[in-house]
Parts: sequence; C-alpha cells; structure tokens
Amino acid sequence: MSSPALFNRAILLPALRDAVWKLDPRTLMRNPVIFVTEVGAALTTLLWALEPDAFSGQIAAWLWFTVLFATFAEAVAEGRGKAQAASLRQARSDVQAKLLLHPDTDDGLYEKVNAQTLEAGDVVLVETGDVIPLDGDIIAGVASINEAAITGESAPVIREAGGDRSAVTGGTTVLSDAIRVRITAAPGETFIDRMIALVEGAERQKTPNELALSVLLSGMTLIFLIAVVSLWGLAGYSGTAVSVVVLVALLVTLIPTTIGGLLSAIGIAGMDRLIRFNVIATSGRAVEAAGDVDTLLLDKTGTITFGNRMATEFLPLPGVSAAELASASLLASMGDETPEGRSIVALAKSDFGLQDQSLIGAVLVPFAAQTRLSGVDIDGRHVRKGAVDSVLRFAGVTAPPEFTRAVDQVARSGSTPLAVADGARLLGIIHLGDVIKPAIRERFAALRAMGIRTVMVTGDNPVTAAAIASEAGVDDFIAEATPEDKLAYIRREQVGGRLIAMCGDGTNDAPALAQADVGVAMQTGTQAAREAGNMVDLDSSPTKLIEIVEIGKQLLMTRGSLTTFSIANDVAKYFAILPALFVATYPQMEALNLMGLSSPQSAILSAVIFNALIIVALIPLALRGVPYRRVGAAALLRRNLTIYGLGGLVLPFVGIKVIDLAVTALHLA
Amino acid sequence: MSINGWLQIAVTLALVLAVVLPLGRFMAALFTGERTFLHPILSHVERGFYDAAGIDPAQEQGWTSYAMAMLAFSAAGFAALYAILRLQGVLPLNPMGLPGVAPDLAFNTAVSFLTNTNWQAYSGEVTLSPLSQMAGLAVQNFLSAATGIALAMAVTRAFARSGASGLGNFWVDMTRATLYILLPLSIVVGLAFVALGVPQTLGGAMDANTLEGASQVIPLGPLASQEAIKQLGTNGGGYFNANSAHPFENPSALSNILAIWAMLAISAALPITFGRMVGSERQGWALLSAMAVLLIGGVALVYWAETAGNPIITALGVDPSLGNMEGKEIRFGQAMSALFVAVTTGLSCGAVNAMHDSLTPLGGLVPLLLIQLGEVLPGGVGSGLYGMVVFCVLAVFVAGLMVGRTPEFLGKKIEAREIRLAVLAVLILPLVILGFTALAATLPAALSSLNNQGPHGLSELLYAYSSAAGNNGSAFAGLNANTPWFNTTLGIAMMLGRFAYVLPVLAIAGSLASKTRVEASSGTFPTTSLLFVGLLVGVILILGGLQFFPALALGPIVEHVLMHASATF
Repeated sequence: MSSPALFNRAILLPALRDAVWKLDPRTLMRNPVIFVTEVGAALTTLLWALEPDAFSGQIAAWLWFTVLFATFAEAVAEGRGKAQAASLRQARSDVQAKLLLHPDTDDGLYEKVNAQTLEAGDVVLVETGDVIPLDGDIIAGVASINEAAITGESAPVIREAGGDRSAVTGGTTVLSDAIRVRITAAPGETFIDRMIALVEGAERQKTPNELALSVLLSGMTLIFLIAVVSLWGLAGYSGTAVSVVVLVALLVTLIPTTIGGLLSAIGIAGMDRLIRFNVIATSGRAVEAAGDVDTLLLDKTGTITFGNRMATEFLPLPGVSAAELASASLLASMGDETPEGRSIVALAKSDFGLQDQSLIGAVLVPFAAQTRLSGVDIDGRHVRKGAVDSVLRFAGVTAPPEFTRAVDQVARSGSTPLAVADGARLLGIIHLGDVIKPAIRERFAALRAMGIRTVMVTGDNPVTAAAIASEAGVDDFIAEATPEDKLAYIRREQVGGRLIAMCGDGTNDAPALAQADVGVAMQTGTQAAREAGNMVDLDSSPTKLIEIVEIGKQLLMTRGSLTTFSIANDVAKYFAILPALFVATYPQMEALNLMGLSSPQSAILSAVIFNALIIVALIPLALRGVPYRRVGAAALLRRNLTIYGLGGLVLPFVGIKVIDLAVTALHLA
Repeated sequence: MSINGWLQIAVTLALVLAVVLPLGRFMAALFTGERTFLHPILSHVERGFYDAAGIDPAQEQGWTSYAMAMLAFSAAGFAALYAILRLQGVLPLNPMGLPGVAPDLAFNTAVSFLTNTNWQAYSGEVTLSPLSQMAGLAVQNFLSAATGIALAMAVTRAFARSGASGLGNFWVDMTRATLYILLPLSIVVGLAFVALGVPQTLGGAMDANTLEGASQVIPLGPLASQEAIKQLGTNGGGYFNANSAHPFENPSALSNILAIWAMLAISAALPITFGRMVGSERQGWALLSAMAVLLIGGVALVYWAETAGNPIITALGVDPSLGNMEGKEIRFGQAMSALFVAVTTGLSCGAVNAMHDSLTPLGGLVPLLLIQLGEVLPGGVGSGLYGMVVFCVLAVFVAGLMVGRTPEFLGKKIEAREIRLAVLAVLILPLVILGFTALAATLPAALSSLNNQGPHGLSELLYAYSSAAGNNGSAFAGLNANTPWFNTTLGIAMMLGRFAYVLPVLAIAGSLASKTRVEASSGTFPTTSLLFVGLLVGVILILGGLQFFPALALGPIVEHVLMHASATF
C-alpha cells in the first residue's frame, strides 16, 4: 500500500477545503472545546460588527483561525486516508463474474454476470487473468494469485481448496490456473469495502480512552467557563469594566484548545500509521487495546525461530572426521534446493571453509517426497543424505549402536536428524534444529521492560519447548499446543484482568483470535480466521504483533503528552492576560506582567495568537505521534513529563513574548 | 522567620508524624474487621448498638445503598440539630436563659455542623446553651467526622477489592469510627487539655471584677471536651467566637501544639490506612508526601509574609522586627500562628488561633488557596482522603496516557465513567465558590455586610464561600454573615460542598470496586515514586487551583501589590 508523505499538495489542498466545511456547528458539536471556541469567535465577530475596532477585529479573526486550524488538523489526517482509499477503490472495479450454473456438476457452464449482483453462497469460476469478484473460499482447484491490490506485495501467492490457504479476496487477480470460489461476502461487505471505510474514517467512533479524555476536556472547559463568567461579576465589584471580547479571549486561551483541536487527528493518524504498516484494524478500539496488551502469545515458528529448521551441527560416526562428513553433506546437498538443503551447504561452507564443488560429470539426485533423500553420483561415489530410515535402506546396512544413540539424542531434543552415507558407508548425522532469530532475545527483554510478558506457542514437546523458550528468553511457553490450549490460556490470563494479543491464520485459531483482546489474523489465513480477529496483517508476518503493540502505545502517548502540554500552557496565558485585564484599575498589577509584554492589548492578542498557532505547529507531531521508546513506564513518564509538562509550562512564556515583540513591531496593537 | 520558629514547626509536625504509622495501621485493622487492642473493651458496646438498631454488620452495601444510608443518617441528624437549636429556649441546661435560634441561623448552623464545616455565623457563648453545644453541636462534631471517615473507607475498599459489588456497611463503619477512634482519642486529648488549663464545667458563667473595678461576665462551659473533638474531628467550631485564639480554648503554647497535633492526627494517618488496605503502604506515604509538600509550602509562605510585615505600618514608625502581629496572640508567636493558619485550612478544620482577616494579603492568600484546592492537604477527616483519591484519578489519567496504556490506579482501570464522575466532583467547588461570590459581589444586600471595601472586601466574600463550600468553617471575619442572605447561601454552599461532591465520588468507588484488580507490571505507571508525588502536586495546583487565579488576583494578590504601593481601604 502506498504511504503518502506527511504533507503533500494532494492532501493539503483538499484538506483546506474540508477544514472550512467542518466549521458547520452541527459537526463541531461533537468536539465541545472547539465548539465553545467557535461560539466565542462568532460572538466576538458580532460585537466587532456592531462596534468595529481593530483590536476586537483581530481577536475575532484569530479565534476563527483557532477553529480553522483545529478542523484543518482533522482534515489533513483524514486526507491521508482518503488518498489510500482512492487507490483501493481502483481494485474494486465493476468486474464481470463467471457464475457457475451447475456448481454441483463438473460441466463448467457459466453465465457472465456483474459482480455486484452476486450473493453469498454463489459459486463462480475464476480463470487465468480474471479478477476475483468478491471474497470467498476456494472449493476446487489451486491457483497463484496476485494480491498486490490489497497487500502492495506483487509476488504471487498460492491458494488452494481445503486447508488454511483457501480464502481469496475480492479485487485480487488470478495469475495461473482456474479455481472455483464460493462467495462468502455480499457486495459492499467485502474486505476491500471494509478497508475503504476504515481508511476514510467513515465508521470512526470515539475510542474508550478518547471518550474519557473528551469528558475531561469538556469538564475543564466548563470549569474555565465558570471562572470567566464569574470574573465578569468580580471585575464589576472591583470597578473594572472588562469587555466581552477580552473575556472570550481569556476563555479560549484557558480551555484546552490545543489537545481539543488535535484529538481526532491523533486518533485518525494512529489508525493510519497501522495501515501504512500494512495492518488493518477493524476498529480504533482494537488499536487502543494493542497499547494495553499485557501478554503476547507468539507462535514459535516464524516469530521466534526461522520458519524452517536449519543445519546446526555435523555429528560424525567414530572413525569419520567432521570435515569428511561436512564435505560429503555438502556434496549430497548440492542438488537439494529446499531451505534445509541450503542450510546444510551454508553450514559446511561457514564452519569448514569448504567451496562449491565442481559437478562436471555428476548425476544429481534431487530431493523427492517419495525417496526422502537427495545426493549426487560423482566419480563412482554415491553420496546421499536424507531421512534416517531412507538412508539406511539406501546403504543397505543396519545401524551401529553409536549411530542409533546419536539419532535418538537429536530426536529427543526436538530436532531432526538426517543421515549421511557414501555408498554403503555410514558417515554420520546432520543436526537440523530450530534457529532462533538474531536479536529476538533483546527484543523480548525490551518487551519485559515495557511490562509485556511473552508466551511462546509451539507444537514441540515440553522438553524441546523449554529449551527454546529459555534460549529465546520468553517468559512462558505452551508446548504441544492445541487451539484449545491457546483458548484456555487466553481465558485464564483474562480472568486476572490482563489483555492478550495473539496472531493466527488457521480456521482452528478462530476461537482464540476472537477471544484475544487483540487478534491479528494473517492475510494468507482462512476466511474464518480473518473474520474472528480484529486486525488483519496484510504481510502475514507474525513478528508484527510487537510493532502493533508499539503503535497502540504511541497513540495513547501522543494524546496524553499533548493533553499535558495543553494544560501546562495555561499558567503562562494567565500571566499574559490577567495583568492586562486589570492594569487599568490597578496599575500596580504591572508587577504580574512577568513577560514584560508591551501593552495590555498586545498581551491579550499575543496570547490568542500563540494559542492558535500552537495547534498548527503541533499538527506534524499529532500525525507522526510521540516517539515510543522501549523502556519501562517509569522512565517513559519521566521523559514525557519533562518534555511536555515542563516544556508546556515554559514554551508559551517564550512564544507569547516573541509574538508580542512582533505584534508591537507591526503596530497591530 | 527564625530558626527557633522553624524548630517549633518541625517539632509539632514530627509529633504528628510519630502517630501517623501506628494510628494508620490501627484504623486499617479496624476497618478490615480485624481485632484491635480496644476490642476487649468496646466490642460488646459495638454489638449492642447493632442489636438495638437491627443491623447485620456482615451485610455489604453497594455504592447506592451506602450513599442512601449516609444521606438518611445526615437528614435525621439535620432534623435533630435544627430542632434543638430552635427549641433551645424551652430545653433544659440553659443557665443563661438564651432564646431559641432564628430560623435562618438555625438552618445555617445545622447544615454547618452536619457537613463538618462548623461555619459559625454567631458567637457561641452568647447564642447557644450548654445543651445546644453538647447534645447538638458536639454530637454532630462526632457524627459528621465519623461519616467522613466511613466514606473514605468505602472509597478505599473500592481499590482494595477486586470484582466486588459491596463497599462495606455504612452503619458499621460509622459506629466503628466513632467508638474506636473518635471517642477514645477525644477522652485522652480532652483530659490533656484539662491538664493544660482548659476549663471543663457545666456552670454557666462567672462574674469577675476587673482591674478597673468594673464587673465582667465571663462565660464558661464544658470546653475541654468540646475542644478535643473540635480539633480531632476537624470540625473547628469553637465554644467561643474567638475560637482557639481565646485563652480558655487554647491557653498556652503547649495547648497550641496539642491543638495542631489533634487537628492533623487522623487526617494524616488516613492515607496510611488507605495504603495498608490497598496493599501498599508506600502508596499511603506517597499521598501523604504530596499533601505535606503543599501544606509545608503554605506554612512557609504565611510565615514569610507575616514576618515580613506590612510596610504601611512600618512607615508609621512601628518596630517591624515582630512582623505583622495584628490579630495574633503573643503566646503563640509568628511561627505557630502560621502553622495553625495553614493546617486549619489545609485540613477542612476551620479552628483559628489568629484572625485570618488580619493576615497580610499573601498570608491571607494561603488559607484561601488551601481551601480552594479542595481541602485535601491533608483535608478533613475522611473527606481529605477521598478528595485526594479524586485528584489521583485525574493525575493518573492525564499522565498515565503518556506511558502508552489505559491509565490505571492501583490496578483499576480509569475509564470514561470514572472520569465523568471525577469531573463532576471537581466542578462543584469552582461552581459554588465562584458562582456565589460573583453573585454576592453584584448584590447590594450582600455587599452591605462587608466591613472593608476594595480587594480586601472581595477577599472576605471569597473566603466566606470558599470556607463554606470547602466545608472548612473558618472565617476571614470582617463580614457580618448572620443575615438571611448569607445564612441561606452559605448553608446551600456547605451542603453542595459536602454531598454534591461525595455522591459522584461514591459512584466512582462503586464502579472501581466492580473492576478486576490487575497486578502492576513495569508497563504500568508507578504511583509510589517521587515523580508521581510531583505530578500529583502539579495536578492539584493546575486542575484544582488555576480556575481561582482570576478571583485571587482581584483579591489578595492585587491587595499585596497595593500594600507595597501604600494603598489602604
């Protein structure tokens, strides 16, 4: 999927137009802080119209800018989603589908119909070059499919009837062969349709934390409304006539407009970050939950270890040197293009400095499922490596006791032994084992520091699982795991109030995916899995769970940091406006003018301008998110509190002073 | 300021600190239903009450029934007190033959003692009979304090329990608070006051011949016992109008230390009770530290402002070395007056040993602000603790998001419902204080009660409504509050400050109690660290105080700058 730059012309121009449309008070009502600002802007404009003067005109203008900047922030965030939606729409063109008339027979008769007229349950034929009309399951056939329209990845994937690779997505293209697909989603409810709705934010609802924060911001707005309205009475007692324009200016600068204006942009941007990461969440709630996750259930294979077993050791029989065994293994694997075969070649080269052998005149025996061995016939030698029983049969010998012992030992550790023979002579064993991904241990340590437990899920026996678990540094493991075990584990954790994330792809993962708080289904998985999870990973990479958690945390952190910043700003604004308000009645109030602002009008105007400009200045941060660091909560809090809390206290003092200098220099007030 | 003065302050606070741990642990044991050393003596009495009232002490109450019990109990208490005050003239134990109290004053006084405010729009010695003082006011001094403690325990259990529907039993909590805490402590402290020279008699008044040969009526009464519960229950309603500045209520420097100690003891120990009950005594210390930081800051500011004195008076040729001694008692001095001022307002006690109206503008700002911050430093018995919990919820919510998790406090997730209720609670004080003050400031009928004009007059108004809404009860004086307008509006302010605040807090408790308690991990925001204490202090100042800044600017702050410009009113 394309990832547009933070700002570009294609997004900014429509966003400016949308920002104006969003001024409609009926839509702004959803955001009480900005709504109050708009009411204030309207009120000051009215007062200015009744009694025009430069000061109230400027205040009114800047209040409108404040509102506009807030709606602009939201429009920019949405604009980035809209650009993505447009490219998705192209994939959902109105294709013709070949509706099979007799799906129960093999006659292959079909009728061409518009895809939009299909219903769930219909069976269609999709042949080379056809676009799959709607989401469905393959019921017959196998095909290679280009899914670039949704994943952005152009390498074809294989889909076939039965098993965990049977789901196909509407809008993707069949590259070879023909398949019969039973439609599972009606037009308008397909995966692509849902993706479009999500990236456009059409179904956007406030997430739980966003809702709570909105309540707090509304409450603060109400509190400051009380303070400002009561000030009108108190100032009257003190013999100060405070104009309504100034009171509105004070109110708007005190209420949390910064976070109020950026709140929805932050939410949309968080969702957007996930999408650019090729993960589709079905709701903002799921993204938020990702930040709260306490326990990660990670599949061993592909996440903790490489997807395939690799050669880790050569175990020669007595009387055979390790180098000789390695050399024979290398020869025997030259014709083996499986990942295991390649790993043997790589190990022989790296550990024994061997070179590729010349194979002139050699006869390669490639690996085959029937023979379960591979090798080479060269210079009269018949070198083979493969499954132990196959190699023994090939060599025609009975296994010596030390050979059997070594085989058992490797097998017991959860690894796979491969035997190597040169003609009738047994040379030894190759240890094929799980290789833990580099740096994964550090990754888990970082997660632990973040307060997240990692649990490895594997089909291995408990002894093997324990060995890998301790090597990888996970906190817990589920050995010989069945889908029921996963489900039970998730339920047990949830009883303790913990939130669980997991990923899965098979139909039998579906219950666990649905039970987990964050269930990430692989795009390559079954339809059932994709329906059950609340996120779909288009790259089908199980490691992503970790990044998803970080994106969720980043979303919450950005909200919290900007809220703290916004609230801390108030202190400086008071020191700008209050002395300005009362200095006419009490000239001694000048003592509170800490910033040395040039005149009361300039002070008030500068505070209002600062309040408006800070929203624009923070849009990039709101969209990009506050950077997340893999450290514990205490360190994170200290850091963010320093930057956004203390920074929020100090920055406006400087900012308002600078604006005041500019306002004075330009003779604006 | 002097080293000696700071030493006096330090010794007094150290005496409080010494009792915090044992008292806090004792209360935790008491309210979790464990046997304490007092049980052999008192458990029969306790059971007697339950039997007589038909209460099943094991019966758990949800937040609504807990609240209903509290409201019903308070309504009954109000009715009884109002009746006693109105009927005082025909009731016994009235040696001076005082008449019944006027309806508006009786309403104001009944609400005042019911809400643990003890705002007094009258002079006790010339308005109330010993019966009214003892059977009316003193009873509420016990019960309103016990109610506060009970409510705090209900809120504490919300965090201590996991997936629970009940918050305890109001009747049991109230009975235990009275029987095991307030009563025994009152007896001890009361006897100590007697030993330090505070009168305790049921005789009415004495006639004395003064040095000039004139005859003077000196009112007396059961002072020591009243004094003990007045301080221990953070009530603050004095037997005499002069309150703890009166030589009978507070005769010496030692009795002054005892008075301050008694004010602070329970409120300072309750955070430890909270910590212990939620399974983290450290949490209790963290809350207490945040309270202490702001309170001691307040003491320092008053002490500094008062010893710096008033340049206008210095200009008249008065020796400035003693500082501003107007309205202070020589036997307490600047340091212990400053401590008393800050403590009585940081707590919602409201007893006074110096005239707050006579403080310098900045010295007067401190008590005002300490009240407006929500009476949580450390606040009234019980009410301070649950107020602090509301601030914790808000602090954890704002900053907790910054670590990238749904905020949680003590393993309980803080979500929209809790925030909505917490906001509702913190809205009450600004609404009542600023609303009524602004209204009064525009009404000639209200303004005619003011002794002073200008910013000081505004401070007097602001102080009255702050004191009422914060359930403090101290007066800035300088305001004739015994008028129908003030009796009524202050009465309403007191009621809102107590009940409109505590109901949302109880609702939060109900909601939190039902949530599962999640163990902390390194991904959760630590709430026992120094950083959290700092954050909490910041949130109290910004969310609790900033909205009062404009009003304070027009009152004490502008008065301060004017004082240095030699303006008077």
